[in-house]
Amino acid sequence: MKQRGRRWDFSPGKRGRTLLYMALGLLLTLAVLGPVLWMFMTSIMRPVDLTAKPLKLIPEAVTFERFRQVFVSNNGSDPAYVFRIALINSFIIAAAVTLLSLIVGSLSAYSFAHVRFRGKNGLMLTILFTYMLTPAALIIPLYRIYNQFGWLDKRGPLIILYLSFIVPFIIWVMQDFFGSISKSFEEAAQVDGATRLQTLFYIFMPIARPGAIATGILAFLMSWDEFFYSLIFTSSLSAKTMPVAIAEFNGKFTIDYGMISVAGILGSLIPVAITVIFQKYIVMGMTAGGVKE
Amino acid sequence: MKKTLCLILTLVMLSSLCAFGALADDVTLNAIFMKQAGYSEDDVLAMTQAFTEATGIQVNPTFVAYEELAPKILTSAASGGYDVILGDCIWPAQFAKAGLVLDVTDRVSALDLDDIYQGALDATRYEGKYYGMPWLNDVKYMFVNMELLKQAGIEEAPATWDQLIEDAKACKEKGICEYPIVGCYAQAECLICDYTCIAGSFGGAFVDENNQPTLDKAENIEALDFMAQTLKDGLCNPKSLEMIEDDVLSTFAAGNAVFAINWTYQYASMNDESQSSVVGQGVITPIPGTDKAQSATVNGGMPLMITAGCKHPDEAWEYMLFLASKEMQAKYCANALPIWKSLYTDPQVIETAGAEVVAASQIQFDFIQNRPMVPYYNELSTAMQTEIQLVLLGQKTAEEALTGLQAVALELADR
Amino acid sequence: MLREEERYGYALITPSMIVVFGIIIIPIITTLVYSFVNIDPLSSHNGEFAGLGFYQKALTSSAFWEDLGRTLYFTVASTAIETVFGLMIALLLNEEFPGVRFLRSIVIIPWAIPTVVNGSLWKLMLNGEYGVINAILMRLHLIDAYQSWLGNPATAMLCIIVADAWKMTPLAVIFFLAALQGIDQTRYEAARVDGAGAFRSFFAITLPAIKPTIMVIIVMRTVEKFKAFDIFYLMTRGGPANSTKTLMYDTYLQAFTNLNYSEAATLAYLIVLVVVLMTLIYIRMMKRGDER
Repeated sequence: MKQRGRRWDFSPGKRGRTLLYMALGLLLTLAVLGPVLWMFMTSIMRPVDLTAKPLKLIPEAVTFERFRQVFVSNNGSDPAYVFRIALINSFIIAAAVTLLSLIVGSLSAYSFAHVRFRGKNGLMLTILFTYMLTPAALIIPLYRIYNQFGWLDKRGPLIILYLSFIVPFIIWVMQDFFGSISKSFEEAAQVDGATRLQTLFYIFMPIARPGAIATGILAFLMSWDEFFYSLIFTSSLSAKTMPVAIAEFNGKFTIDYGMISVAGILGSLIPVAITVIFQKYIVMGMTAGGVKE
Repeated sequence: MKKTLCLILTLVMLSSLCAFGALADDVTLNAIFMKQAGYSEDDVLAMTQAFTEATGIQVNPTFVAYEELAPKILTSAASGGYDVILGDCIWPAQFAKAGLVLDVTDRVSALDLDDIYQGALDATRYEGKYYGMPWLNDVKYMFVNMELLKQAGIEEAPATWDQLIEDAKACKEKGICEYPIVGCYAQAECLICDYTCIAGSFGGAFVDENNQPTLDKAENIEALDFMAQTLKDGLCNPKSLEMIEDDVLSTFAAGNAVFAINWTYQYASMNDESQSSVVGQGVITPIPGTDKAQSATVNGGMPLMITAGCKHPDEAWEYMLFLASKEMQAKYCANALPIWKSLYTDPQVIETAGAEVVAASQIQFDFIQNRPMVPYYNELSTAMQTEIQLVLLGQKTAEEALTGLQAVALELADR
Repeated sequence: MLREEERYGYALITPSMIVVFGIIIIPIITTLVYSFVNIDPLSSHNGEFAGLGFYQKALTSSAFWEDLGRTLYFTVASTAIETVFGLMIALLLNEEFPGVRFLRSIVIIPWAIPTVVNGSLWKLMLNGEYGVINAILMRLHLIDAYQSWLGNPATAMLCIIVADAWKMTPLAVIFFLAALQGIDQTRYEAARVDGAGAFRSFFAITLPAIKPTIMVIIVMRTVEKFKAFDIFYLMTRGGPANSTKTLMYDTYLQAFTNLNYSEAATLAYLIVLVVVLMTLIYIRMMKRGDER
């Protein structure tokens, strides 16, 4: 890491360059925040202003009514209500998937990184292969199986489905973290009389915690973002997730564009907050998963 | 497959013959509906609650977007996820051929068929058999913004396409509206609906009386050329190619169109102050015609059907009859007109639905065109959407496109 | 000893293997069977063995190659945009100037926005009648009439590429920034002493140092993009005039609209095949790069 100075270089030789950087930076800020800002604007504009022509970029009056509706509406067919329930479903599913996949996935990741067993490389390759599959190659038979078990439109089975593609990701990234932990820790612990499981839980897990947080966040985001399975496997409020609700708003018989924006903002709030706050972890998790042979 | 279907049919017939009073009282039906304006979710929930109170039969209704309705039904019907399904009028052929829904010809025949509109009945029929209970009775109409038309010095809504083009030119030239006509020409089913209306009013049809494809008929070509010409002349909004029904409605409701073809629900929405700035300006009229046909519209009826996997077909039928009963249809007719002819003289219905809507429907119902009722319709429609868009974009001639489509249709029919 | 070690290893991976393979093994085989047996409830040939017939049919149909072409166009164009812009932005953010810390923390925001939200956000902004993009371009006098961005085959795919790049470029930025910060600064100073300009040190020092990162981004993104579905479903559903119909979207269409289960299964397997092929090519390329 290079040392970063506290003062900006405005010396005559560098002034032009710093100003250029600032101008480019402003442009970048606009490109990054512009669409987000516009989403916010449309969420508080009145329906009449939204369809006005020419469009007024700064509306005369604003309304926070749609946001209020999302929190208070109790009418089962109101889009605002539907969206609130979908958000709750998404949260429950993403949280459960994160927790379960971390537990199940890190056990395997540790095993792949530190335990010798036959067929390891083959299994690892197979797991990587599942990563290349498209859900389209599974969806039709999967639907029939789920239907037979009466698992459609339920949160629990959807969680299991999500685990099937998030666990491989966790294994892939976490085995890298475990791999970087020296085996001498384990040997030292064993000399002290600890069982292997004890070394795993008391030595390896604490050291790998930053890695687990990083992967956990990514697992949460993947689950929060998932659309295809949820679209096919859910139909009612008992399991419908946020992305499906938003896709519905974009479909037939939606006139109020503002509601789409409200949903977009509320649907992005959690992932954006997590990402901005835990940026360092995320970078760590992503680079561990990506930068490999 | 066929054997089980026959078996089920026999069982159904037997049970309907002898067991009418013996309905179990702890039956729960799963039903799937669509999120829409005509019979909204609230309406269906209220009807369902009334049904449960009257019969003790529990119903779990699910509501999905139109685009997801067919996928959900297709993937679940064979193994019995839902008992009662809402279908589009273009599906019974496919569903019946694939053995996904029950033949209910006997049950439907027991109804007073003379009192039900032909279009609504057509929406459930395939090869002379009925596969569902007519429920949603909808067709498209022409909506005209009279206020804008008056600014161009025109007092009456056009009755022919020639007249409409003349009026549209006047509106455009006087700067009243940049694009007077708007249509839902996105790559979706709504494009075929609009094309069916226009082709019909030019005297065209997509299949002959033997259900054989006739897409390359001269009238169909002429109608498609006409649509492309309105875009070329700047009379039709070029953004139509990304629009579905809702976008047409909002364009009309924002005062950015003089003429729009849409379903009945537009009438209530365009007169609703919370989403429209043209309240009181629009009228609903029959779709214009030519010297070959006075008018034509597309059948948008949606029947209720019983899936092949349904374990309680009697209760399911009872539920369907209840939803389609005169009482329910009269009560919830604000966005969807009844299937029963006798209700159209009921002052209550006229008041709720709007006298103008009822009047327009009485003319429009006489000119209903069905989209081809063939098992391969969905595939044909997908192909048609692409080719028609190419014509509207000026990248293909109508004749090229429709000749090609005719070949596609023949191949599909042969499979 | 080894036996116990092995047993321990298997025990730890068992839960994962059940969750992963328990879910996918039957469907993956069934789908493969579907691609060899005619599963079409509407056809009189339903249930008949078709051999490689469906693969032959797909590979000889113009629709497949058009779909593939569009999928590759989307994949290559958006990956290229993300890589180039990602690197340029990362180079900027690696400099020191007022506001750079703020920029570094917000640049990731688009990536965190869910794909579906991103799709609906851009669809809203690109709307031909009420979209803000038309309004702004009109005001800047860059267009003289409202354009139908998503209703025009010439622009629809481009719009999706832009929307997708807006969301995914930050990912590349983050990767590149991490790589840039790992470069030893003294090498730049040494180069400067030798009289090398900014461009020369970029090509002599920066580019070789971040080459592995570039490869990783290209591999990750092309594989993901080739399978993209959500944004197409949200923004165009394959239209107008099929101009955004990709292999993945066609698979969805065949399975859930046309009931052609076998054709859908065949397409799905062809997609997997292409992805596996791409990955193998990348692995070879990277190996060759390492040897040099």
